[in-house]
Amino acid sequence: MRRGMLLEDIIELFEEARKGKLRSIGRLLTIVENSSLEVLELLEHISSHGSNAQVIGVTGIPGAGKSTLISKMIGEYRKRGYKVAVVAIDPSSPITQGSLMGDRLRMQQYATDRDVFIRSISTRGLKGGLSIASLSIIEVFDALGYDKIIVETVGVGQSDVDIMNAAHTIIVVTMPGAGDDIQALKAGVMEIGNIYVINKSDKPEATRTFEYLKFSLDKGDIGLFEEDWVPRIVKTSAIMGQGIDELVNIVEEHWNHVKSGGLVKEKLVSRRLLLSRLLLERVFSESLQESFMDLDGVLKKKIVEGREYRSITRMLAEKATSKMIHKVDRS
Amino acid sequence: MPHLFKEDTVKEIEEDLKRWERETLPKSLERYPERMEKFTTLSDVEVDRVYTPAHIKKFDYYEKLGFPGEYPYTRGVHASMYRGRLWTMRMFSGFGGPEETNKRLKFLISHGETGLSLAFDYPTLVGIDSNDPMARGEVGIVGVAVDTLKDMEIIFDGINMGEVTTNMTINPPAPVLLAMYVGVAEKQGVLYEKIGGTTQNDPLKEFIAQKSYVFPPEPAVKVAMDLIEWSVKKLPKWNPISISGYHIREAGSDAVQELAFTIADGIEYVRQLVSRGLGVDSFAHRLSFFWDSHINFFEEIAKFRAARRMWAKIMREWFHAKKDRSLWMRFHTQTAGVSLTAQQPWNNIVRTTIEALAAVLGGTQSLHTNSFDEPFRVPSEFAAKIALRTQQIIAYETGVADTVDPLAGSYYVEWLTDEIEERAWKYIDRIEKMGGMLEAVKKGFPQREITETSYKFQKDVDDGRKFIVGVNIFESEDVDEVRNVPLLDFNQEEIEERQIERLKFIKSVRNKEKVESALAELERAAVRGENVMPYILQAAKAYATLGEIMSALKRVYGVYVEPPIY
Amino acid sequence: MGRKPIKVLVAKIGLDGHDRGAKVIARALKDAGMEVVYTGIRQTPEQVVLAAIEEDVDVIGVSILSGAHVHHVRKLVELLRQEGAIDIPVVVGGTIPIPDVDTLKQMGVKEVFLPGTSLKYIVDTVRRLYEERNAIGGYN
Repeated sequence: MRRGMLLEDIIELFEEARKGKLRSIGRLLTIVENSSLEVLELLEHISSHGSNAQVIGVTGIPGAGKSTLISKMIGEYRKRGYKVAVVAIDPSSPITQGSLMGDRLRMQQYATDRDVFIRSISTRGLKGGLSIASLSIIEVFDALGYDKIIVETVGVGQSDVDIMNAAHTIIVVTMPGAGDDIQALKAGVMEIGNIYVINKSDKPEATRTFEYLKFSLDKGDIGLFEEDWVPRIVKTSAIMGQGIDELVNIVEEHWNHVKSGGLVKEKLVSRRLLLSRLLLERVFSESLQESFMDLDGVLKKKIVEGREYRSITRMLAEKATSKMIHKVDRS
Repeated sequence: MPHLFKEDTVKEIEEDLKRWERETLPKSLERYPERMEKFTTLSDVEVDRVYTPAHIKKFDYYEKLGFPGEYPYTRGVHASMYRGRLWTMRMFSGFGGPEETNKRLKFLISHGETGLSLAFDYPTLVGIDSNDPMARGEVGIVGVAVDTLKDMEIIFDGINMGEVTTNMTINPPAPVLLAMYVGVAEKQGVLYEKIGGTTQNDPLKEFIAQKSYVFPPEPAVKVAMDLIEWSVKKLPKWNPISISGYHIREAGSDAVQELAFTIADGIEYVRQLVSRGLGVDSFAHRLSFFWDSHINFFEEIAKFRAARRMWAKIMREWFHAKKDRSLWMRFHTQTAGVSLTAQQPWNNIVRTTIEALAAVLGGTQSLHTNSFDEPFRVPSEFAAKIALRTQQIIAYETGVADTVDPLAGSYYVEWLTDEIEERAWKYIDRIEKMGGMLEAVKKGFPQREITETSYKFQKDVDDGRKFIVGVNIFESEDVDEVRNVPLLDFNQEEIEERQIERLKFIKSVRNKEKVESALAELERAAVRGENVMPYILQAAKAYATLGEIMSALKRVYGVYVEPPIY
Repeated sequence: MGRKPIKVLVAKIGLDGHDRGAKVIARALKDAGMEVVYTGIRQTPEQVVLAAIEEDVDVIGVSILSGAHVHHVRKLVELLRQEGAIDIPVVVGGTIPIPDVDTLKQMGVKEVFLPGTSLKYIVDTVRRLYEERNAIGGYN
């Protein structure tokens, strides 16, 4: 964990968080967001709690109004008495690591609702970092008893796919007249939706976009295949609050479908396995890098002598593996 | 049409300029190397060493200038300009409650002022009541608080509204404030034909810059156009809109962007009104503009002159206006608040003077000069008086107002006027291609452009490419010169409490059924897409509060939340 | 693993819409490698405090140009205390009279930026406050 922070401290933080102390939740999230393998111990401790939340992934084309839509969904969930957590993901500059986190802006009206917790994280630059951070944060929110965990992603990249794989329900947001963008996204997130939203549907081109989506779904170009669930299309106008209750109804319907199909546990397992795998991948690449540095002298010498590719690679593998195992044991 | 310079004369000068560059210039450059590698205006227009007829070789006097009071109005909208009537020295100010404002207005009237100006506090500006939780700590600070017709009655108590004109700086709630103004005038028995003044009522610049928006762009424009349409028909003396570049500039744009975006706003409004079936000549003469006057002296003068020329052309060639008055760009100017510094604040008097001079040389119809203490607070009376005196010195001592457009024919000023105009046209073309300003605003285009420019300017100051005295050059350690600035002092909490009390009282004595039915009718009218003005007037007269009326409209139109634009 | 970036909340409290300064500063902090949460205009002190807590930021920067700074900042500091988050340093920028600068500092504001403050100074101040808080065993 962080320097000078003991597991007991963190567990105490978790207990305070469970009692609803927002400051403790915020700090706990920072810890898991920035941790590596150490997070496992905390997750083990908290995993006995919760596991009841519906994780809802919201993705789609830029400018489709995802944040506004989520904001309205929060409102609808609150009306129905649910506790809601949001993870909003913003891209960061690959050069400076800096990030402007603006998604929260649209949801600020819920900042003062103590049963709504919104957290922004940035993609940063680390390998798998974003997926690890978001998956860990999902675990924490789940353990804290949030009913709905909404994850808003930037709509591109591997981390998106990872996060969406961890979600129970995936909403893909588009808007009228976005034909080309939909085409471009087909290979990625467009394929994996359970529910497709045409936001800004007060625009005249909405019908055409609907027809197009319907056609693509029927043809099987897009839409996630699940037994007993035909992907649905919903028209909304988030800014006017139209279609939101219908959307939330369908999200609930899908949740029931997930629950009755016994998919909850399946998702939980795959989510946790994914987290372990990603953590290991990261630890391995760190270990490999360290091994390179440790063996720098020897490696260079051998290279100069030539014909040593296989033995060098073997040496690195051995060193990195033992480092990795050591790190896992220590965590 | 005659070119100002004969072709062979220009050629001769061009040749000779080359000789000068060869023979005379190098000696001087050797002795005094130039201070900068590149000289630029605030809009990053690169400025040459010296200007000659060669820079404006195809200058056609009639196409570019003409005579004052004639097309293209570059030299001014009136033939004799300030020789006849000086610009209006309209000092926008205000704070406190309706009582304080009434007292101040009466004081101004007793000193011969007939052009009144109302500044509103922030809760009023964004259309909420003084008892709204968001209004805590804000009531009465930057202007007067108005919750109901009652407040307007107090403000104009003992003032004949048929004999004064009132400028109201108000935007999304403009229809409500106008309704209250008209409501009180009616009570005084003043005829509609005699009600005069201005509502700022410029919704697009709210999204671009000023950010006191309430409704999303489309309904915001719709409501503003409702006000214009209604007032053109009912209040012949009212200026229903003041299309404002000021806020765009203050939000960090440069002069070109200010000019282009504001004119593009104007184009959008004219289109909207024409599409309602109004003849362009039935309203064009009621449109007015509002500019910033910044510190880069010649660039500002060029901007004002280019603005008039562009608008005249747009109204004549794009919208086929027939009446001369439809082609006039009449405008109010305010010196640049952003150019003032908290460091060595007394220097601000000098900055304001230079900016005011630019506005006068640019032919403004009215002028507000900022007070030197504004980086800290709403001006003190002392500071406001110096600001007014600044205008009076320019008007009565300097002689700059004694001839019309005295800078016309300056090679540099004419070249710069052309340059600024050309750059502004390019922006307007881009905005036209997006489908006009409403669409451009929805896409965040002007917002992003301004954000970029303001960031770049700040970087330029940080890195010493642009100078601000007292900030990044000639800094001073003397904190007393800041500490010793006498500031306005008033008891905000007391005003806030009084305002909330009055609101509570009005709500308890008004006819509730009448209020509710008026609000319900307003909401229905908004749903039907009707002009909301008559319904707002009815609600205001029933003592519905500003917040209640705005809420009824919000239920129909929604509330705008800005997308994250950096 | 990489160093955690400094996370800053840039907020506008009050009803004024003058967001030029806030946006320019948000951008400068981002360019300096920080994570910047911007919550937009017309925020209440409650919204800002809870956003700061949920985001667990290292520094809170508040911009106020409505003249109501003393009122809003007093509330802000009070709420931070209530929520057990008084350790998060607060800086304020805006049109603020000198006597009020003193008042704000007495309330616990670490730094007040008046118009004309350079971006570099602001970025450096945020960094310094972050490091000071770390050094005294703050939460990071």
